[in-house]
Amino acid sequence: MSDKKNWPLWEVFVRSKNGLEHRHCGSLHAADEDMALENARDVYTRRSEGVSIWVVESKNITASNPENNGEMFEPAHDKVYRHPTFYDLPDEVKHM
Amino acid sequence: MKNENLYKYILGIADNSLILGQRLGELTGHGPSLETDIACTNMSLDLFGQVRSYYQYAAKIAGDNRTEDDIAMLRKEREYVNVLLVEQPNTNFAYTMARQFLFDVYHLLFLQELQKSKDLTLSAIANKSIKEVSYHLRFSSDWIKRLGDGTEVSHQKMQDAIDGLWTYTDELFHQTEADIAMVSDGIGVDVTKLKDAYYNKVKAILDESTLQTPESKWFQKGGKKGIHTEHLGYLLAELQYMQRAYPNMEW
Amino acid sequence: MSEEQIKNLETQFEARIARDEKIEPKDWMPEKYRKTHIRQMSQHAHSEIVGMLPEGNWITRAPSLRRKVALLAKVQDEAGHGLYLYSACETLGVSREELYEQLHSGKAKYSSIFNYPTVTWADMGAVGWLVDGAAIINQVPLCNTSYGPYARAMVRVCKEESFHQRQGYEIMIKLANGTPEQKELAQDALNRWWWPSLMMLGPTDAESIHTEQSMKWKLKRKSNDDLRQQFIDQTVPQAELIGLTIPDSDLKWNEERQSYDFGEINWDEFWQVVKGHGPMNKQRMKARVGAWEEGEWVRDAAMAYAEKKQERKQKQAI
Repeated sequence: MSDKKNWPLWEVFVRSKNGLEHRHCGSLHAADEDMALENARDVYTRRSEGVSIWVVESKNITASNPENNGEMFEPAHDKVYRHPTFYDLPDEVKHM
Repeated sequence: MKNENLYKYILGIADNSLILGQRLGELTGHGPSLETDIACTNMSLDLFGQVRSYYQYAAKIAGDNRTEDDIAMLRKEREYVNVLLVEQPNTNFAYTMARQFLFDVYHLLFLQELQKSKDLTLSAIANKSIKEVSYHLRFSSDWIKRLGDGTEVSHQKMQDAIDGLWTYTDELFHQTEADIAMVSDGIGVDVTKLKDAYYNKVKAILDESTLQTPESKWFQKGGKKGIHTEHLGYLLAELQYMQRAYPNMEW
Repeated sequence: MSEEQIKNLETQFEARIARDEKIEPKDWMPEKYRKTHIRQMSQHAHSEIVGMLPEGNWITRAPSLRRKVALLAKVQDEAGHGLYLYSACETLGVSREELYEQLHSGKAKYSSIFNYPTVTWADMGAVGWLVDGAAIINQVPLCNTSYGPYARAMVRVCKEESFHQRQGYEIMIKLANGTPEQKELAQDALNRWWWPSLMMLGPTDAESIHTEQSMKWKLKRKSNDDLRQQFIDQTVPQAELIGLTIPDSDLKWNEERQSYDFGEINWDEFWQVVKGHGPMNKQRMKARVGAWEEGEWVRDAAMAYAEKKQERKQKQAI
């Protein structure tokens, strides 16, 4: 058997009701994915907060680095033509 | 009491949940991990929820002014009719999970039948409880597997727990007089018919967990008649303490 | 990084917090910010976990089924809150096991109030009413603290805790309106928990070491003395309403200040309990360490099983 290992960390995502997306709601420890799901149910849906749960081991998440926020996210700021308000319409057209 | 058999029958179901809920409640704050602690408390809360529905119904049937708490906390040792299995102590986490598992398998089979009861209140309680108990069984079976097929140490502890508790399983299928009367009225569940399904299911999980199914044919009984192991008295001493020390008060 | 560059980063960092921006785990942060947060969040988490014990003590003896389920659910919430807070700590690169180790070795502190014993059922009322009441006053402002994971954990904690204080106060109401014996239980519990609850809001501002920095980082929004005054002003009328007497002969409404004046707090006692000489320090730690050590073989088994299962899966895939 391998060296002593602690239960790894998992991230929990809960769909609060039918039709909504899963949202990150916290993390927990569990030995494997089955236990992670059960623990998530017991820890994060005690007050009927969910209808569906995703769990993913934290180490499997790839995150962007805040140091690169400039090149990652700022170039999108001036692309106003992606938004409907960029386009002029005659007042007569009420809905488009 | 007009419906004495029904009253007794309800207690026969509810006392199991009461005593098992109380045992699980002892562990809150002392579990092997925070997550497991929270899970065990959830099971305890489910069981107490069931207990309250049953006792409230029983109190109504009794028709005097007794309350759910009178029934839960003011009977004498010999008047509790839970099976011996559920009163066994939390010797270690293997015992706690083995006790839970050996009861859950029965409990689910039982509720699936009780759902068909002619008594609409009982059938409604069963209907709600089935969802809770299905989860309990999933939870306890998973732990039987983890501990049975985990390390050498855990395997040994789990085998000891199964061996130690095995002697209390047969009693689950004994019938009291109230049971027999209720079965013939179409209200009660004929537990003798659950026995094969029970041992098959238990054996399947134990096999999967690399655990031996005990072969002993010597079984303990008496709980359903109010003759308990010595453990119950202490459990009741705590459960009843406030009601006994401060009688006739509201809390 | 040169000293000047670090200074520069620190200035930017403080400016972000001043603008009410949240700091997230991967953002650059001064080492002191990281350390202070690990200390405060873990202390908070430890308090939740140790705080389960004095109330857990009465679960098996609750006087009615209704009270029993409420207490079970409350103590369970405390486990949940400890869990959320440990998780928030872990975002700063320290594991739960390390944090436990600090608690068990006595290196980390937890709220001293939990070193007092719960000797009667009325203590469940007093703890919920006073201790949770004081905790809420401390915690609500933390929902806006600067560190994102802490703030989010606190939002969840505060939302869930809203029933805790009511649960306690309701117990007190029942007792205060009950038989003379019950009322005496309630008064006795108030007598024992009042002063420790005031101490729970921390040493006086003059003696508090971390306050200024913590204010800047929004780990604290009000001083200890202000929080204490707020707690007293809101609690005294609640006691009066149910006919209980606050055990402080100097307690008096001050018309000018629109606040209560109150008597001297025994800070000697406070520091003694902090240093480990409270009535229950040893028992609390023994219970925590005991649960952790007795659980070791269980946690190991679950890991071993998970590995075996993973191996079997891989073999099947081949």
